[in-house]
Amino acid sequence: MFLTGPLSSLIAGERVMKILIVEDEQKTREYLHQGLTEAGFVVDIARNGLDGHHLANTEPYDLIILDVNLPDIEGWRILKALREGGKQVPVLFLTARDSVADRVKGLELGADDYLVKPFAFAELLARVRTLLRRGAAGAIDTKLTVADLELDLMRRRATRSGQRIQLTAKEFALLELLMRHESEVLPRSMIASQVWDMNFDSDTNVIDVAIRRLRAKIDDAFEPKLIHTVRGMGYMLDATIEV
Amino acid sequence: MRPLSLATRLTLLFAVAAAIVFPTFGWIIIGEMEHHFEESDTAELRIIADAVYDALAGIRAPVDLPPVERRFEDILIGHHSASLYLVRSDGQLIYESGHHPDLSVLDADNSIPEDHDSIQLLIESGNTYRVLWRQIGGEGSAVADVHTLVVATPIDYHLAFLAEFRGTLWLMVASGVIIMSAMGWAAVRRGHAPLREIVSRMKRVSATEGAETISPESVPSELGDLATSFNEMTHRVDESFQKLAHFNADIAHELRTPITNLMTQTQVSLSRARTVEEYREILYSNMEEYERMAQMVGDMLFLAQQDSGTVQREKGLVDLVAEVQGLFDYYEGWVDERGVALELVGRASVIGDRLLLRRALANLLSNAIRHTPTGKTVLVRLSDTDDTIRVDVENPGLPIPVDDLPKIFDRFFRVDPSRQRSGEGAGLGLAIVKSIIDVHGGTISAVSDDTATRFSITMPSAGS
Repeated sequence: MFLTGPLSSLIAGERVMKILIVEDEQKTREYLHQGLTEAGFVVDIARNGLDGHHLANTEPYDLIILDVNLPDIEGWRILKALREGGKQVPVLFLTARDSVADRVKGLELGADDYLVKPFAFAELLARVRTLLRRGAAGAIDTKLTVADLELDLMRRRATRSGQRIQLTAKEFALLELLMRHESEVLPRSMIASQVWDMNFDSDTNVIDVAIRRLRAKIDDAFEPKLIHTVRGMGYMLDATIEV
Repeated sequence: MRPLSLATRLTLLFAVAAAIVFPTFGWIIIGEMEHHFEESDTAELRIIADAVYDALAGIRAPVDLPPVERRFEDILIGHHSASLYLVRSDGQLIYESGHHPDLSVLDADNSIPEDHDSIQLLIESGNTYRVLWRQIGGEGSAVADVHTLVVATPIDYHLAFLAEFRGTLWLMVASGVIIMSAMGWAAVRRGHAPLREIVSRMKRVSATEGAETISPESVPSELGDLATSFNEMTHRVDESFQKLAHFNADIAHELRTPITNLMTQTQVSLSRARTVEEYREILYSNMEEYERMAQMVGDMLFLAQQDSGTVQREKGLVDLVAEVQGLFDYYEGWVDERGVALELVGRASVIGDRLLLRRALANLLSNAIRHTPTGKTVLVRLSDTDDTIRVDVENPGLPIPVDDLPKIFDRFFRVDPSRQRSGEGAGLGLAIVKSIIDVHGGTISAVSDDTATRFSITMPSAGS
């Protein structure tokens, strides 16, 4: 199974989300631009820190993706200038080095999230959506619904077509994650991190097994199938995709 | 400012010492000589004066003058150029030698008691004299009349000799200072020769040559420690070079295989037109290969960061029971499918970086699960003694060959090379475990026999 057409369900609310990418490396810039555009966002790009700083200050963006290793102005300084100028736009920074000091610095300066290069595009997309959703946070959900699948967060109960489904605590957490990110591809690393707090790449197929067991409970006896494998990227819960 | 060189400091020290010691000696010697000359001059003057007194004492009547005058002349014979001047208290000049310095500059000191001499220096028309001044005669004396006697002896040749000697002495002192400094410098240079030898050997240490060693017995005892440390350092450097060389070769090899696969597959795919479906398959297949490479590079970077010690590590109390339990949860589905059970006994806590320790335990555990036959149990045993904690991860299964046991923590080492592609990663898992345990100051070992394989970690306990 694969996805057809743009992943167009990615518009938070009604408005189309606008993203600025500040990145000096051409290939990265191009695939980020293409990927995010095809995911349904309006994307502006800046090749250097000066342009990036200018655009970030003059255009209204819902999110800025900022490479911190820029040739002219350090990404940190742009971030600092934005925050000092009172701009609260969410910033996700990209760093080449996986150093604690970098992370701490970025988050202290007011960044909202970070990714270490190289990263999976699916991971970036998931983070971007999380940040955009955070900006538009509504009421706290007590019940999640996708098609005829219902998750009652208060009573920790799952039902499909009215039938009660017994889930373990981890299965419940996994299903909640998939439903909260309905129609979004979740990479295995993100699932491992969010459900089990395992923040490293595993060479095991633990996530595949967990998904398989969850499917057996919520999909095997029902139609349509909700959990989809997006080959090479991860898993997605969606009620509308044709298999 | 940079401190002065050791050679300069020691040379200066020698120079200062010589400049103090030698002139002091010179000063003492000259003082002694001057004193000696003064004594001998004075003694000579006294002999003459005493002789004059004896001569006068023999005079009964002033009429006997001419023979006395002769005696005075005799007295002066053998006393080089000494001169004599005798005058009676009534102003009558008794005797005056052929030449004598002009005594008018000297005041006749009438208060000089009998037999008590006044010794003075007199400089007259460029010549220097030592002059003895004595009152003789009077009441109770063998000489009835009071006389004033002046004896003078020129001391120019003494002074000239002293001046010359002084000049020679100062020249010797100066030469002494210079020679001492030069010898000091030479000694220091010689003393530093072993140091320079060590330095030149250090300069020769390079990646290509084997480690050179310096025998601690071949250098002065003060440098023995340095030589030993140097040898240990070159040994460590040599080891690192070797490891690095192997590691680089391994990396090249590990990356070449997937890259060759990707290139070949792409070339074959492009050799003729294919359906969109086929292209998609090829891209998926490629992506799996890329992912493997990315994970390998990530693991290598992780190892490099641990090695370099540049990573900031968080430190906290880590409850290993909670960590192992969390991993059991994580692997739950996977072990169920494989029909393997997990069991935890004991408890232990340790001070360390939670995420790193979790990663180490996860690698050990997944490794154990993977090699456990269906129906068997992986046992994790935690124990906490006074100052160390111990973690055993034990699984039944095929034994690891004895020859391979020491190598299983090496990077890119696989017990069975054919299993490379069966989801076992790049052979960095156990190397990562070892690296993490190393930075926590612990040790890891493995034993394997026909019934089970056991990995054991020991680390300093949280209490110690």
